[in-house]
Amino acid sequence: MTAHILTVDDSASIRLTTRIALTGAGYQVTEAVDGLDGLGKAKAGSYDMIVTDLNMPNMNGLQMIEALRSSPAHTGIPIIFLTTESDADMKARAKAAGATGWITKPFDPEQLVKIAKKVLGR
Amino acid sequence: MTSLDPIQVFRTEAAELFEQIEAGLLDLLHDLSNQSQIDAVFRGLHTLKGSGAMFGFEALAAFTHHCETAFDRVRKGEVPATAELVACVLDAQDHMKALVDTPNGDHEAAGDVLLAKLQAAVGGQAARGSVVPAPLAAPVEKVTAPAPAAQAGKGFRIVFRLPVNAMANGTNPLGLINELHDLGTCTVKADLSRIPTLDTIEPTDLYVGWDVTLVTDKGRDAVEDVFIFVMDEMELAITEIGAAAPAPVSESAAVAAPAASPVAAAPAAAEPASRAPAAAASAPQPADAKHGKTAENVRVPAERLDELMDRVGELVIAQSRLSQLAGSSADIQLRSVSEDVERLSGELRDTMMVLRMVPVGSLFTRFRRLVHDLARETGKVIELETEGETTEVDKTVIERLADPLVHLVRNSIDHGLETPEDRVAAGKSRTGTVKLAARQSSGEVIITITDDGRGINRDRVRAKAESSGLIQPGQQLMDQELLQLIFQPGFSTAAAVTNLSGRGVGMDVVKKTVEALRGVIDVKSEPGKGSEISLRIPLTLAIIDGLLIRVGTGCYVIPLSAVEECLELSVEEDMRSRGRSFISLRDSLVPFLRLRDLFRTGTPPDPFQKVVVISTGDERVGLVVDQIIGDHQTVIKSMSKLHHDVVTFSGATILGDGSVALILDVSHLVQVGQNQEAQLRAAG
Repeated sequence: MTAHILTVDDSASIRLTTRIALTGAGYQVTEAVDGLDGLGKAKAGSYDMIVTDLNMPNMNGLQMIEALRSSPAHTGIPIIFLTTESDADMKARAKAAGATGWITKPFDPEQLVKIAKKVLGR
Repeated sequence: MTSLDPIQVFRTEAAELFEQIEAGLLDLLHDLSNQSQIDAVFRGLHTLKGSGAMFGFEALAAFTHHCETAFDRVRKGEVPATAELVACVLDAQDHMKALVDTPNGDHEAAGDVLLAKLQAAVGGQAARGSVVPAPLAAPVEKVTAPAPAAQAGKGFRIVFRLPVNAMANGTNPLGLINELHDLGTCTVKADLSRIPTLDTIEPTDLYVGWDVTLVTDKGRDAVEDVFIFVMDEMELAITEIGAAAPAPVSESAAVAAPAASPVAAAPAAAEPASRAPAAAASAPQPADAKHGKTAENVRVPAERLDELMDRVGELVIAQSRLSQLAGSSADIQLRSVSEDVERLSGELRDTMMVLRMVPVGSLFTRFRRLVHDLARETGKVIELETEGETTEVDKTVIERLADPLVHLVRNSIDHGLETPEDRVAAGKSRTGTVKLAARQSSGEVIITITDDGRGINRDRVRAKAESSGLIQPGQQLMDQELLQLIFQPGFSTAAAVTNLSGRGVGMDVVKKTVEALRGVIDVKSEPGKGSEISLRIPLTLAIIDGLLIRVGTGCYVIPLSAVEECLELSVEEDMRSRGRSFISLRDSLVPFLRLRDLFRTGTPPDPFQKVVVISTGDERVGLVVDQIIGDHQTVIKSMSKLHHDVVTFSGATILGDGSVALILDVSHLVQVGQNQEAQLRAAG
């Protein structure tokens, strides 16, 4: 079965790049434009993995991860966050909120696919 | 936005971002403290930088980075948003547009000028020294461990344990192990030592650790990459095998030894497996120590304690038989062993007692709610004070005391405490106090219930007792005797039966319960100042120190705690007291009972009879017995159901020679003695 990935980013170009990379690797992709949209879609659907930006309007990525992890139904879903900040603090906060891993922007589409494979355990 | 060319999408997006940033900056000019606009500008710059870097606009990303940093500082409150800064970023924005439109143009000089202005505007070192755009983070963040040359190593031993919440946070340990498999040939051994018991297990938590031996020609970096997302929070020890490399600290013992053995696949598989327990034992020691701590408390079902108590009781009986045998034997060694057994069984008994003890505080806590409810029901303002909650009492005693105490506290609040108005009128504080206190005193626990209410009204007690025929009208009574009347069956001073007290359970029931625990109840009261009811209860019900006596041919036990003194009944006194049954004891007359008469032994009395004076609180009575045998550790056995209505005895015990001795019910005998005295007085 094709793994279904939810990508959450307020940047249309990043969403597009992500979609191209992940669909190219055979994954099914659904997009959300900010944390609030992402949270709604994550709760409504069933996803194998979530890739999210951290800095977004309405609800940021950290808040979305916290909200997801506080719901038992979303415990255990791998969540990868995108970060431009090499800021260790941000990374630590996202990890503490329950993120599984991260990918540093700018990223190579291949790198994203590799991480998706790693996190999904193929 | 139908284009599928990300660069085209980015240009469109950048145009939108510029609009968004510009609008934010212009709004800021009107209100420099507008946090949401500061955030919006920061976010726009941040996205511009991130996406720009993604699609090859490196100059844009580098330049925007400085503006973003400046606004980050404003956002965090490190520097204020000033008109100068806003103007500066507006100028910078035009430069950014140029960088998007002609990414390969020569913009560097213009950029430097803008960055210098920006730096001046934030007055910090944000842009200083990096007027030449600093390279951004490397495209892929690498774990930069100084890879100790993955020399033709044969492989690694990887001992790891993920954080307990790893699975809840989306990490699949199996995936990590699969990744290790991809690197070479793995032998995996799970460490199950930290899996807790079923009742404490959290289904989403991860308790398993792994010990993996990986035969690979890949370097340490490749292994560390597997754990990149969890590296910071996990326990991970990677040791090279096959080379006599200096082993990492924690693993030194486990790895140094087999260095000599060839690490071919098969031995490698076998060796670590056998070594794993050693590693597991050395690494997770702190956790084991913690487990050890929690094991300091063991919950045991109460009935097992009772069983153990029975065994100890039987042991004490067997020991007393042994003592009796040894006592009549000339064998020194037997006597010495017997003394040892006697000492040990005494100690065992004491330990056993302590095991059954629970703090009386568990009983007190339930009164907080009771007092709260009663305060609401009665409209009285009540404060409950407790003292000595840590005092320990046999758990059976605690259980049986609960109801009597509830009744006593209800009584204090209902009859004792006045309404706030009455209290103020009497010159007291509005708040009435009920105090529950417990303390230990030589083998007994003393529980007192004190209130600072109106005290017991003697006249009403007397009137009530006379009307219910408990005393003759006008009968002379000592104050204590009068107060004791409240414990008589059917006695209630409440003019009307209130909702609180007087619901069937009377003070007489309280007294009976306390006496069934071989305890004593006492009451003190001072009109207008309050009352104090105290319960003296033996600490334990199972084994007591008793005084063994003989009446006729039978042996009996009197609880030693009730014995005041023993004296000889002189022939003259015996003769003089015929028909009156009083002895004078230091200027006071004490009624006595001839147990030989009471038990109808039908045997001639011993020539020198003894009197054992027993007391319950303030009342005393002498028991005339034939012989006082001595101290006896008494294991109490309750009477059979057939004997449930026997009042003179509270239980039985087995003596060293196997015979049964009955235990005298002290409170009943005192009552009999007092009644007899009252009858004689009434008659005489």
